[in-house]
Amino acid sequence: MTLHTTVRLDKPGQGAVRLRAEGVRLSYGDRLVVDGLDLDVVEGTVTAVIGPNGCGKSTVLRALARLMRPSGGHVLLDGKRIESVPTKEVAKVLGLLPQAPTAPEGLTVADLVARGRHPHQAWYRQWSADDEGAVAQALEWTGIADLADRPVDELSGGQRQRAWISMALAQGTDLLLLDEPTTYLDLAHQVEVLELVTQLNSEFGRTVVMVLHDLNLAARYADRLVTMKDGQIVAHGAPGDVMTESMLAEVFGLAARVIADPVAGTPLVVPIGSRVG
Amino acid sequence: MAAPAISLPPARLPGRPALRLGPFSIVWRPRVFLFGLLGLAVLVLGVALNVGIGEVQISVPDVLVTLFGGGDPGQRFIVMGLRLPRSLTGALVGAALAASGAITQAIARNPLASPDVIGFTAGASAAAVFVIVAGSGFGAVGFTASAVGLPIAALVGGLISALSIYGLAWRKGVQGFRLVLVGIGINAMLIAIVQWLLVVAQVTDAARAYTWINGSLNGRGWEHVVPVGVALVLLVPAALVLAHVLGALQLSDDSARGLGIRVDKERTLLLLTAVGLCSVATASAGPLAFVALVAPQIAQRAVGASRPPITVSLIFGAALTVVADLLARTAFGTELPVGIVTAVLGAPYLLYLIARHGRKVRA
Repeated sequence: MTLHTTVRLDKPGQGAVRLRAEGVRLSYGDRLVVDGLDLDVVEGTVTAVIGPNGCGKSTVLRALARLMRPSGGHVLLDGKRIESVPTKEVAKVLGLLPQAPTAPEGLTVADLVARGRHPHQAWYRQWSADDEGAVAQALEWTGIADLADRPVDELSGGQRQRAWISMALAQGTDLLLLDEPTTYLDLAHQVEVLELVTQLNSEFGRTVVMVLHDLNLAARYADRLVTMKDGQIVAHGAPGDVMTESMLAEVFGLAARVIADPVAGTPLVVPIGSRVG
Repeated sequence: MAAPAISLPPARLPGRPALRLGPFSIVWRPRVFLFGLLGLAVLVLGVALNVGIGEVQISVPDVLVTLFGGGDPGQRFIVMGLRLPRSLTGALVGAALAASGAITQAIARNPLASPDVIGFTAGASAAAVFVIVAGSGFGAVGFTASAVGLPIAALVGGLISALSIYGLAWRKGVQGFRLVLVGIGINAMLIAIVQWLLVVAQVTDAARAYTWINGSLNGRGWEHVVPVGVALVLLVPAALVLAHVLGALQLSDDSARGLGIRVDKERTLLLLTAVGLCSVATASAGPLAFVALVAPQIAQRAVGASRPPITVSLIFGAALTVVADLLARTAFGTELPVGIVTAVLGAPYLLYLIARHGRKVRA
């Protein structure tokens, strides 16, 4: 293939598989974390990966983002093996927000978001009109345009996460992988970030895969839930089908009732516990 | 057709006005430009003062006139033949060390990861001292080797130590703090090797090597200017091109990979460039302490950047070394090796950085 064409030649239609894991096996050194995982990420959807701590969900996300090479199986991006596509070309299609990212001291929001333009730049083209437009728009979309000249380390947790998502948006990719985008945020800020994700999906057509800890927020904000346990996918489907009392008992070892969320109608997990009057 | 013009449109984003010319575009940062100019002014003045001082005093205007092609033949000989090479060696060595430090500090995301703290220059020193000491031991052949081979030996020594440090610090990628710790360890070992070489060497060689390892510009001629000059001409443009990835690399390895950077390849290339710069500089003037550590940090604070800027760092490094040499020659009654002055200026700064780092780790 030629180097300068983008990976995807046509706009994939609704229902097209953008990212696919085929029999993926992932290990850290000798320790096998994920074995034989199959997963499809469909165009236009928001997928949330849930599961207990250490089940391998972040590892799977890293593999989908080509940060980790499978010891078996393949990750396909738009039908091509992801490792065969030049990494800079992948970066024009697939954006990533790592878990708990850190910005260097004193870096301003505008400078951080501009880093997202890297795949579109070269040493002699470091700040084109396109770059400037994309960064201005990304700041606008995430509602932090008025914070552009503030240092990232002085922002609140929610604002900071918006800045990082803004960087991923400036990258101009239609696939976004978010690794626990709500970690360390209070509930109001978690909702704020997930509302933004929903907006990116519905208004700007972004396909999103995110790792989430909060089951109720996952059920509320994702079209598809992927439930993992011990490196395997246990259940995969719409929240209403996946989030069941038997799944919670099996995967999380949690005795809970699942009722309809009184606001959205999505499944709501109510743990039973021992402190019941 | 209209010629492409440099455009400075009103900034749509605060702090990031653009400077665009045809396919070229950069962010226009006034402070980089201003402090670059200021550093150059200090550098030129420092060189002029330094060149003017000596048994025959020459005034700064006369020095400047001579530097730009005027002056009488006597002054021309003193300035161009005797004194300029010394100052120029100092300026170029300082520039190379500072550029090297700016690169390694940015790669490791840690200001302590300077070539003079983590053993790169110590590797170059050990190899160079070995050549100096072995020089007379192997007669005429050895002596030739020490005259011609010093920069090459220093380069090889610097590369070997840098690759060992990088290899030992490697755990599926290199984390800045581990690089610093491993580097400090290797640095101590290499200093021990240098001490051992000085002990076993003949007295005259040991004396020569001893002056050299303190970082001296005494008696430097054009033969010392040329290797550093060549290294700068080749490696600084390479560094500026490679540095394009530093902004993204500064975030985290995962973020950088996500942005399409081949992290290990780019980092290795940058590291090799930095090793080349600091090794050749070390060969010319000895391991000038702390220039590589301090100049990039001062430059970073001056321009208000989140990482050391390479161009301003190298200008500051050159100016710092020339001013330190001026102090070394004039301020203490007797002439000291310049490395002692840079050490006295730089050591408190190192302590400050360590104290500050400790506070941040606890916080």
